[in-house]
Amino acid sequence: MWDYSDKVREHFFNPRNSGPLDGANGTGDFGSIKCGDALRLMLRVNPETEVIDDARFQTFGCGSAIASSSALTEIIKGKTLDEALRVSNQDIADYLDGLPPEKMHCSVMGREALQAAVADYRGESWKDDHEEGELICKCFAIDTVMIEDTVRANSLRTIEEVANYTKAGGGCSACHEKIEDILIAVNGRLYAREVKPTRAPVASSGTPDMPKLTNYQRIRRIEETLEEIRPLLQREHGDVTLVEIDGRNIYVELSGACQGCAMQAATLGGVQQKLSETLGELVQVLPIAPLVRA
Amino acid sequence: MQPIYMDNNATTACDPAVVAAMLPYFTEQFGNASSIHSFGSRVGKALKEARGQVQSLLGAAHDSEIVFNSCGTEADATAILSALKANPERRTVITTTVEHPAILSLCQWLEKEDCVVHRLRVDGKGRLDLDEYASLLNDRVAIVSAMWANNETGTLFPVEEMAEMAHAQGIPFHTDAVQAVGKVAIDLKKTKIDMLSLSGHKLHAPKGIGVLYVRRNTRFRPLLRGGHQERGRRAGTENSASIVGLGVACGLAQQYMREENTTVKRLRDRLERGILGSVRNAFVNGDTLYRLPNTTSIAFEYVEGEGILLLLNQQGIAASSGSACTSGSLEPSHVLRAMAIPYTAAHGTIRFSLSRYNTAQEVEQVIAAVPPVIAKLRKLSPYWSGDAPLARPEEAFRPDYA
Repeated sequence: MWDYSDKVREHFFNPRNSGPLDGANGTGDFGSIKCGDALRLMLRVNPETEVIDDARFQTFGCGSAIASSSALTEIIKGKTLDEALRVSNQDIADYLDGLPPEKMHCSVMGREALQAAVADYRGESWKDDHEEGELICKCFAIDTVMIEDTVRANSLRTIEEVANYTKAGGGCSACHEKIEDILIAVNGRLYAREVKPTRAPVASSGTPDMPKLTNYQRIRRIEETLEEIRPLLQREHGDVTLVEIDGRNIYVELSGACQGCAMQAATLGGVQQKLSETLGELVQVLPIAPLVRA
Repeated sequence: MQPIYMDNNATTACDPAVVAAMLPYFTEQFGNASSIHSFGSRVGKALKEARGQVQSLLGAAHDSEIVFNSCGTEADATAILSALKANPERRTVITTTVEHPAILSLCQWLEKEDCVVHRLRVDGKGRLDLDEYASLLNDRVAIVSAMWANNETGTLFPVEEMAEMAHAQGIPFHTDAVQAVGKVAIDLKKTKIDMLSLSGHKLHAPKGIGVLYVRRNTRFRPLLRGGHQERGRRAGTENSASIVGLGVACGLAQQYMREENTTVKRLRDRLERGILGSVRNAFVNGDTLYRLPNTTSIAFEYVEGEGILLLLNQQGIAASSGSACTSGSLEPSHVLRAMAIPYTAAHGTIRFSLSRYNTAQEVEQVIAAVPPVIAKLRKLSPYWSGDAPLARPEEAFRPDYA
């Protein structure tokens, strides 16, 4: 089993501040039942001073999730909200004398729940930007989502580049096969296009290359193409909106059912292929987190 | 307090008789079975005896059908890769969604190597749809591999019938019987099963020893080539001490087969009823009418399994969980997910797997220990209030997640 520190074990066996909190004026529910860890953090904040007078938690989760929740409540009690918001997930892990790499997400969950609870107290809307996938690099606790996003955003092509950007694969090297799989999954279509262009050379027929578009034409064409695609997504209760164009990177926001959908990568891949075809150039379609709307 | 071990599907204690039989092979009987001199020939004789003991437990027609190797995983990989190499024009593998990772990870890799893998689905009780299976059998299938008994729930698959069906279409059939051997009566010569994997440490033999049964006349390609050991089907100097130990363990398994299905089964049933009788919102996973006699998989709703295990471990009770957190992956057990067990129950599933070493007193101790552990964790759970779950718990607690 896990090599938990004595402190983690102690906080698991004797959790502090567990159970519902009477008179709570800020509550944050965060986590994923699918992943088996979720917590409700309840705060009682003094409205005059913004000091957290009391904090309690209820957690559905493993030993380290319960210990992280317990530690979090101990850390933030007596702090002002602004002080509490400066608590990082590493602070929670440090308080517990460290967590195994596979369990660092428990401390992240605690921090996110804190942000949600503070937002709830302040009457603000809060949207987390945290997502995690299968743990790939056990030396540095890096998961698939982190690697995929970084590979996409920086057009990484080699294991060395992935290690330089994310640290993943920079330790024992046992995860290199998985990193290669991610590189191929993200870049596959692009690799194939670069090596073997699907458009045959046009010299023999004498037809000219696709004319270069002006910036305005290019943006219009991207918009038109997305408009063609949207009805398909809307039929599945999803949608896509163009957010920004930066060179060959096209940023879109997926919403509705598309957001967080397991098929998101496939959807983006499809949009990317369509755009590459109509523009006659290689583009990358990148998702951005849904915007917080005022 | 004496620790209570109820995790025998993970591994078992070596039987003292097994250890005693092995010891001479670390000291005076150190010879290489391949050698012509007396040091070697005595070891060679011991291996032959062990082969006969394994043959007898499996009901194999010939002792030459027993191929010793290092573990169940090696046996599984050898079987599937052999079938693909022996029939290169066939690129399809049929297996199930609930196999051990020894099969599933291999199949996932085979897909990258341009194989087609069909994974048979299971219903809520972990049972296969044999009509779906029948519809997939055709002359592109290189091999069918289905487990005899599921390691997490104990649910048995009708592998003898499935082997008949595959055989009728000329398709070789392999079964991962790692959990079944020693608990389920097996008579291979009366079946159409072509290959079977077993693992020593699941039946009171040591770790590091396994067997692949290969029916005579099965087209076979070795995984390891080299010396002539195991008639060239598995090169590498024999692990003679462990083979001898496995032989003794197989003899004992045959002797205790009845006990497994009477005494051990009664203990399991008592444990299961005792726990379900005193803990609410708990249920048994799998096919309770057709499963291993020693296994029970109990879902405790609204709590997470690792916490249960840690608290049980504090009292010296060893079991295992279907939860994500003990395996290092985020998803709960693929077996429970394949059965569509809700996340709030899958994460709180505990497997108790008994052996002939467990006693009625131990069972009573566990029955007494479990309810307070579950109650303690439920007190921490956001789905729980007082001594009952919240009304419509999935609506009352809906955490944000990206």
